Amino acid sequence: MAFRRFVSHRAAVVSCAIIALLTLFVILAPFTARYGVNQSVQGPPNSFLNPRANAWLGTDDIGRDLYSRLIYGVRVSLLIGLASAIISVTLGALVGAVAGFRGGKFDDIMMRVTDLFLAFPFLVTLLVVRNVLGALPWLRPITGDMSSVRFIIVLFGLFGWMGVARIVRGQVLSLKEREFVEAARAVGASRRYIIARHLLPNSVGPIMVALTFSVVGAIIGESTLAFFGYGPQAGDGATSLGILVGAAKGAVQTGYWWLAVFPCLMLIVIALSINFIGDALRDATDPRLDRGV
Amino acid sequence: MLRYILRRLAWSIPTLLIVTFLVYLALRIGTDPVASYKRVNPRATRAKVAEYIDVNGLDPNFVQGYFKWLRNFITGEWPRSIKGRREVWPALKDAMANTLRLGTAATVVGIFFGLIAGVMAALRPGGKRDVFINTSAFVGISVPPFISAIMFQLLFAVYWQKWFGESLFPTSGVYPAGHTGFDLFLMLKFMALPTLVVAIQIIATYSRYMRSSLLDVLNSDYMRTARSKGISERRVLIKHGMRNALIPVVTIAALDVGSIVGGLIITENIFSYPGMGLYFLKSFGEGDFPLLMPWMVVIVASVLFFNLIADISYAWLDPRIRLE
Repeated sequence: MAFRRFVSHRAAVVSCAIIALLTLFVILAPFTARYGVNQSVQGPPNSFLNPRANAWLGTDDIGRDLYSRLIYGVRVSLLIGLASAIISVTLGALVGAVAGFRGGKFDDIMMRVTDLFLAFPFLVTLLVVRNVLGALPWLRPITGDMSSVRFIIVLFGLFGWMGVARIVRGQVLSLKEREFVEAARAVGASRRYIIARHLLPNSVGPIMVALTFSVVGAIIGESTLAFFGYGPQAGDGATSLGILVGAAKGAVQTGYWWLAVFPCLMLIVIALSINFIGDALRDATDPRLDRGV
Repeated sequence: MLRYILRRLAWSIPTLLIVTFLVYLALRIGTDPVASYKRVNPRATRAKVAEYIDVNGLDPNFVQGYFKWLRNFITGEWPRSIKGRREVWPALKDAMANTLRLGTAATVVGIFFGLIAGVMAALRPGGKRDVFINTSAFVGISVPPFISAIMFQLLFAVYWQKWFGESLFPTSGVYPAGHTGFDLFLMLKFMALPTLVVAIQIIATYSRYMRSSLLDVLNSDYMRTARSKGISERRVLIKHGMRNALIPVVTIAALDVGSIVGGLIITENIFSYPGMGLYFLKSFGEGDFPLLMPWMVVIVASVLFFNLIADISYAWLDPRIRLE
């Protein structure tokens, strides 16, 4: 039933196909990319070549093929999105479930903290939290170097749980008054059992939706950070969508449109597709939601 | 009502203190102000560094240091910036004025068109117009502001110049270099692109809020009652529908200030618009503690203020809400 509702959302089906295709391209990077991540397409002069036969999407300042670099960049960005979304959804689901189920002080404090964090300008909080995380020496074994991809993953993992916690908490609040939870409590089920066996499985829909939005959030967040020069560093020519989009800033005034248009377009396509999937998931898993369409 | 407002106001002071303390902690750990001072002023004497630590309240003890900073902040003895010893207040004031101008313009344009789009979508749910507005809003929300900013710059400035000989809108600053005095037309021209970038986000968000809010109201019982009394459809819609649909939207608008400021920060940076965003990114990059703390206080205070406005307006607009 839920599946049929999902399939009836045409944009989401197309989005699924796009994401699947992208994933395939990215996994098969050794075959789909035409050049190495740090390889120039031809001997000099090779910088800022516009799109042509040996460089489909043009080249950057030191003659590297944009098409190949986009594939490598999307690979890193998808990894960042997925990994940090899994961390933040796990954290958020646990915190949200416990807060919603237990209520009381813990719930109050948790929700106050999330409210506060969400009320602030996103970029400001992100930059400050990033610096604090990077400055704590005892976190170094987990986070790695501040300019590494691992650091970005941990940062968005720790950053993104609040939105998820809110969603799961709301779901748990409405579920815990239902009869089957009462029945479980009546036969003596422990709190942990009720949360693990009744509340979380019944929140799978909202959690899945939150997962998709976390993936987009992390991918866009990484691009934003990289755009302002706080993202992962391009050691050894490694790249990410954020680094490529960041390079677009310099390409605008000089008129190298391909360096701006293609990475931005890729980011838009990814963000839109995943958002459409999340939207369809929400419609599909929440039958009460009659959106009048 | 008055008692409620007074109580909320009284509560906002300890909240402000706690949050600024957290900000103070985060900045001290995250930016290491003393180290950045030494980096910017490599030849500062030991006495100079000690003075810097003293006026900024950067004692090793965080709590003591915070209260020292707070005392200096309240008495108006603000320390000067680490680079060039500039006074903080004039810079902050200019940044605030510029951002307020951009933010107000974008918010007014954004909410106006957002509400209209939302109403148009809600009047015929499922129709062609609804699908079009909804999809565009979805795209608008999905595209991050810096992407649209880059695209607009490329299209209206760089390529417009290539195609038509002159760029349609300038891409940076408030006035051209060397301009003095006030010129409304020129200012509007410079503000056009950044305003558009921020407004698109607001339009997209608010058309969705307004649509769902109005749909809720249109399906409610009192609308049917109003219609059955024979009031014209137009009056039903304006007097009963719009007024009630606006209640949640107003509240969300007040709570949304943080995200609007977030969009402004990104946009200002791309368009080199000398507002709060550029101010923040510059001073954050240099670890300029004396510049950063007052900025943070302004942001924290305005977030808390608009939260208060949201609660009060909600209670005031919706008679169903009891304050006690």
